Amino acid sequence: MAVMKFLRDKRTRRDLLTYALVIAVFAVVYVMQANHMIPRMIAGQLVPICAYVVMALSLNLVVGVAGDLSLGHAGFMSVGAYTGIVAAMGLSEVIPDDGLRLIVAMAVGAASAALAGFLVGIPVLRLSGDYLAIVTLAFGEIIKEIVTCLIVGVDERGLHVLFNLTGSLSVSDLNLAEGGIAIIKGAQGASGVSVISTFAAGFLLVMVTLVVVLNLVRSRTGRAIMAVRDNRIAAESVGISTTRYRMIAFVVSAALAGAAGALFGNGFSQLSATKFDFNTSILILVFVVLGGLGNMRGSMVAAIALTILPEALRQFSDYRMLVYAVVLILVMIISNNDTLKSAAHRVASRFASRRKEVGADA
Amino acid sequence: MPKFEFERGKMVPVPSHSIVPERDVNSAPVLEALHLGIDFGGLKAVDDFNLTIGRTEIAGLIGPNGAGKTTVFNLLTKVYAPTRGTILLNGHDTSGKTVHQVNRMGIARTFQNIRLFDTMTVEENVKVGLHNTKAYSTLSGILRTPSYWKREREAHERALELLSLFDMQDLANHQAGSLPYGAQRRLEIVRALATNPSLLLLDEPAAGMNPSETADLMENIVKIRDTFNIAIMLIEHDMNLVMNICEGICVLNFGRVIAKGTAEEIQNNEAVIEAYLGKQKEA
Amino acid sequence: MSVFLQYLANGLTMGSVYAIIALGYTMVYGIAKMLNFAHGDVIMIGAYISFCVTSYLELPAIVSVLAAVAVCTALGILIEGLAYKPLRQAGPLAVLITAIGVSYFLQNAAQLIWGATPKNFTSIVSFPVPEGLRAYNVSAVGIVTVVACLVIMAGLMWFTGRTKMGKAMRACSEDKAAAQLMGINVNRTISMTFAIGSALAAIAGVLLCSYSPVLQPTTGSMPGIKAFTAAVFGGIGSIPGAFVGGILLGIIEAMAQAYISTSLANSIVFGVLIVVLLVKPAGLFGKYVPEKV
Repeated sequence: MAVMKFLRDKRTRRDLLTYALVIAVFAVVYVMQANHMIPRMIAGQLVPICAYVVMALSLNLVVGVAGDLSLGHAGFMSVGAYTGIVAAMGLSEVIPDDGLRLIVAMAVGAASAALAGFLVGIPVLRLSGDYLAIVTLAFGEIIKEIVTCLIVGVDERGLHVLFNLTGSLSVSDLNLAEGGIAIIKGAQGASGVSVISTFAAGFLLVMVTLVVVLNLVRSRTGRAIMAVRDNRIAAESVGISTTRYRMIAFVVSAALAGAAGALFGNGFSQLSATKFDFNTSILILVFVVLGGLGNMRGSMVAAIALTILPEALRQFSDYRMLVYAVVLILVMIISNNDTLKSAAHRVASRFASRRKEVGADA
Repeated sequence: MPKFEFERGKMVPVPSHSIVPERDVNSAPVLEALHLGIDFGGLKAVDDFNLTIGRTEIAGLIGPNGAGKTTVFNLLTKVYAPTRGTILLNGHDTSGKTVHQVNRMGIARTFQNIRLFDTMTVEENVKVGLHNTKAYSTLSGILRTPSYWKREREAHERALELLSLFDMQDLANHQAGSLPYGAQRRLEIVRALATNPSLLLLDEPAAGMNPSETADLMENIVKIRDTFNIAIMLIEHDMNLVMNICEGICVLNFGRVIAKGTAEEIQNNEAVIEAYLGKQKEA
Repeated sequence: MSVFLQYLANGLTMGSVYAIIALGYTMVYGIAKMLNFAHGDVIMIGAYISFCVTSYLELPAIVSVLAAVAVCTALGILIEGLAYKPLRQAGPLAVLITAIGVSYFLQNAAQLIWGATPKNFTSIVSFPVPEGLRAYNVSAVGIVTVVACLVIMAGLMWFTGRTKMGKAMRACSEDKAAAQLMGINVNRTISMTFAIGSALAAIAGVLLCSYSPVLQPTTGSMPGIKAFTAAVFGGIGSIPGAFVGGILLGIIEAMAQAYISTSLANSIVFGVLIVVLLVKPAGLFGKYVPEKV
């Protein structure tokens, strides 16, 4: 009885369908991968795709659900990636099992990114609109530069961390004992990372992220966050602390980005800090906007499609990024210009009956 | 110190600036504003505003355009921090409190220019109002613990119950921003009521309504007071509405109170007539 | 002391470049209310045009600057008309993503045309600097940049304050609908603003590359972002604000590089911006307008 009532809710059905679709896609790709049916170029992208999907979902929580334009999301990914790498490398003796170690690394990445998100959120969430955007951009760059200054190594005495402020220090200054390994080498980034991230782990993280984001959005907290987005003053007037709920969205989003970073970082033997610069933040924002604000399924599709697209466009070699740029501009103009939109709809409705979407539906 | 006087033979002292109806005389007032004022860059937008509202009173705040009526609402709900004065809500000082904190202390409001959560459904709008009364933690929301299911069910039922007040339960799944104007105004009232206030502030509730809608609204305001046993203060330009349902009326002009009293007293007050019609030429 | 003055001279030069970009940025933002991420790439295009005219056509420097200005002005009008105008009624995010698309487009087009390898830009100005100034690291480019910046700012102040078109721009940035009712051609005014902003970007590009001669398709992005920061710093929409913001940003950056850390210089610049915005939410010269309830 209760189950029937539960299933009668349109959103619940939508969410369940989303889970089902993700599981189905994973199953198909997994089987194809096991049978070597996936082109090598894309097979190597499976873990990054999962990481980008999680990044897009988490950024959608801030941009789509909370309505705060963040241009520094890659910063949190980088915090998660580096702490995740350090955790995985540092714990290789303690936790010999790769899978378990990856989970711990993702948890560490999530926790440290959440902390970073909280600290960044204190000043950032006092602003809004374009000012907030420019300050998140600034924080993204600050995080990148700070990470570039880090030199981290591990030996039997524990973890060694140097902050290379003047640029004169190098790995030898860590004074590692015999058998110790340098994990992060300043501007060079991390190298010699043992690759432990798998597609299955990526899928798991995507599922966890989906559950967190969708359940959050459907809960009292999610309603409060959306209320703040829709009308800040009205939300305050019904007893909602806008700062608190924007912060919750920001921190949860940062934590998920951190986990994605740990997954991403532990998927490559080598990783430089510039991997997480402003362009990455923008790339993820593009996933979110093209997928639709607040539309979680759209975010995932956009993240997958736009990660594969440049690979697929490789035959156009030099022109591919140009094509990508033109496609981006055209999509934005066609989907946002009223005249063009109605024209496109007229064409579309001739082929299929149109379905109407509601604002913040996933 | 406010001066006290005895009123209508009751042996209870009430502040001189109150027009409390008889049934409230024995209970503490829901709101006391004392010498409230705010300056905007040297201009005294509101000055020396004193008002007491009884527990179940329907009060009216009227005055010409630009008199500072909405500013008073913004001061009472802490949208603006008062430059001077004290606000006591159910006897508690609200100084240093923010908008959402004073809401939890028992004051809720609607807005002159409607402020709904446009992209959310009608039911969700009301549920946002129920935020603090049907509470559970963010974590139990994510993990969907039993308390999540329990509270959500309660919130759903309560939301429909509140919506039925205005016969709006059938609109529950409509998007709030797409509702017709009158329904949006009513939804704002329902959302404010959902926060379980002891004082409800309505900023021009009848604006843009036709006479029959206004008549319904008048009935409903009285009905709300009687069902929820709360005080209501409203800003309104429709004098018919104000004079018919408001037990106490406060008239504001240039940020100052120029008259207070019952409908009858206000209608015959010379200062009020002057404020509205301008000074009459000596014959 | 003399070392300090050298750093100050460097800071002033870079600061003037930032100020010129920021002046264009602040005008465009004031009227279009959009983070125009492509602005930095117009700078880069301007520098490439100037480079081509001097290196390949071997024409005098002044011609190259004029060519850069002409091309960038046309480019600015073109970008506005093709990419931003159809989105006049759309939300800010759509416009932002489009601007990012334009930025990608310009960068990749430049890479196709001129290749990814950096070009060595020869300074457009070279005249002997007096002995006394040279000791403080003052270069000919530095002097020209600072002077150009001052002239441009004064020119813009005059233009927005005195001319009909300038007043129309201010009116449009306040309220487009009201401006339209007053008979102002809003589309033409916006187009004109983009033209001016892009012309300034061209000048900034030439000066930037004369000062630090590495020219590649990504040359413009970071100065573009920093100049926007400078505009926000000074109070977006304000012309003196953009000027002061740009100069301050340049000096802070130079000092941070000199005395704290080269690798953290950007962080320090951004850190100062964050502090300024927290203390003065509308920047140094901006007006804070709270939402009316």
